[in-house]
Amino acid sequence: MAETAAGDLKYTPLDAWHVAQGARMVPFAGYSMPVQYKDGILTEHLWTRAHAGLFDVSHMGQCFVHSDSWEKTAAALETLVPADILNLKPGQQRYSQLLAPDGGILDDLMITRSAYEGHEGWAYLVVNAGCKDADYAHIAAHLPAGVSLRVEQDLALIALQGPEAVEVIATMVPAIRTVPFMAYHAAQLDGVWLHISRSGYTGEDGVEISIPAKDVVAFCDRLLKDPRVRPIGLGARDSLRLEAGLCLYGHDIDTTTSPIEADLKWSIQKRRREQGGFPGADRIRRELAAGPARLRVGLLPEGRQPAREGTEIMADGRRIGTVTSGGFGPSVNGPVAMGYVETAFAAPGTPVTLIVRGKELPARIAPMPFVPHRYFR
Amino acid sequence: MTTYYTKDHEYVRVEGDTGIVGITDYAQSQLGDVVFVELPEVGKAVKAGGEAAVVESVKAASDVYAPVSGEVVAVNDGLPDSPATINEDPEGKGWFMKIRLADKGELAGLMDEAAYKAMIGA
Repeated sequence: MAETAAGDLKYTPLDAWHVAQGARMVPFAGYSMPVQYKDGILTEHLWTRAHAGLFDVSHMGQCFVHSDSWEKTAAALETLVPADILNLKPGQQRYSQLLAPDGGILDDLMITRSAYEGHEGWAYLVVNAGCKDADYAHIAAHLPAGVSLRVEQDLALIALQGPEAVEVIATMVPAIRTVPFMAYHAAQLDGVWLHISRSGYTGEDGVEISIPAKDVVAFCDRLLKDPRVRPIGLGARDSLRLEAGLCLYGHDIDTTTSPIEADLKWSIQKRRREQGGFPGADRIRRELAAGPARLRVGLLPEGRQPAREGTEIMADGRRIGTVTSGGFGPSVNGPVAMGYVETAFAAPGTPVTLIVRGKELPARIAPMPFVPHRYFR
Repeated sequence: MTTYYTKDHEYVRVEGDTGIVGITDYAQSQLGDVVFVELPEVGKAVKAGGEAAVVESVKAASDVYAPVSGEVVAVNDGLPDSPATINEDPEGKGWFMKIRLADKGELAGLMDEAAYKAMIGA
């Protein structure tokens, strides 16, 4: 992520709220964001795994792609992403990637089919903050006549994650209890419009809530009154998603990696694999059939020392890959990492050597997630 | 017994001809939760400003530089197993190593407590 001069920083609607909560603010993807609050990353991470952590993700891009029919909207999106969009049910959400013509990943995103009456042809998209301007230009340039892009500037986005998150929301919106993972529920709470999806990026059960920017501070204050809720910064968000084996765009995936190399083939449904029709389909179908040359894998270093992004991965006396995300996993209580290795070395248990600060550190290829997912299916 | 500070936020507390070395409370607060520490071997010769130890938080890795030149005569053996001690008591139980000073004249190039506090704005 490019460094941004302080004068050019953008601020989310919760900026003053973060400062009031004792946040340490840092530049991230062009925004001033809380890296941690008073508790610190370790405590915030463990709190989220045990209770409910509140994250501001308002820097992410929220937009709609819409037309007068779902078929038309889905067909347009399917020219940009490899997921099956057409067969999404109303209210259902799916993870996918915007692909370049060579199959590289321009961004990863969430796509939701609207269940709102009168909005049958609408898809709701959430994209990464650092990519959003390029994403909007790319999407707009590739939509056919009759399908439009609407970028939302006045919506905030927050996530409440952890085993107690849904119960906290259920005190206000009881219907959320039965909403399954990767589906949403729309609610009006004391006149405030909420789009609540059962999803997140921590591996825990929880929700992501789109809410008008003008209402988000009062809503977060209300959430914080619940003793199960604490604010959580980007530092813990990163260690939580790493333990959950989830990719961070610009680190674990980018324009040089295909979804197959990134071990995201689960996100490409059967019809799309068979029919193609998305950017890079030739490469992706070839990699599906023959296997990719390299694969994203989990890595467990021996001992306590973390192996960070950029660490060389060695085997048979030569370099076979690179760490793309690595650090200390507070729930694992040890170092965890992910990276790309030549496919011949990708099997779990394979011993490798990491070069950490000039020294050889033994590690093993490990299955991900490092901490089991606890999604509500 | 006088404590001196570096601009890189190490301290050295001098007792006779040895100095107890660690990182300051300000340094630990900036690092955040320490999860790993690597100490030098006893007997190692270190140079003022040279790498002497490694400390890693959840977020990042940092070098710890020797404030003074000399021989490492002791290390805090318990520290690698309880790196959080560095957060809890950085200038007490969280010490890193003891160095036998090769040249006490080097201390003149370090900050005293007042100068260090002024630098960090405390």
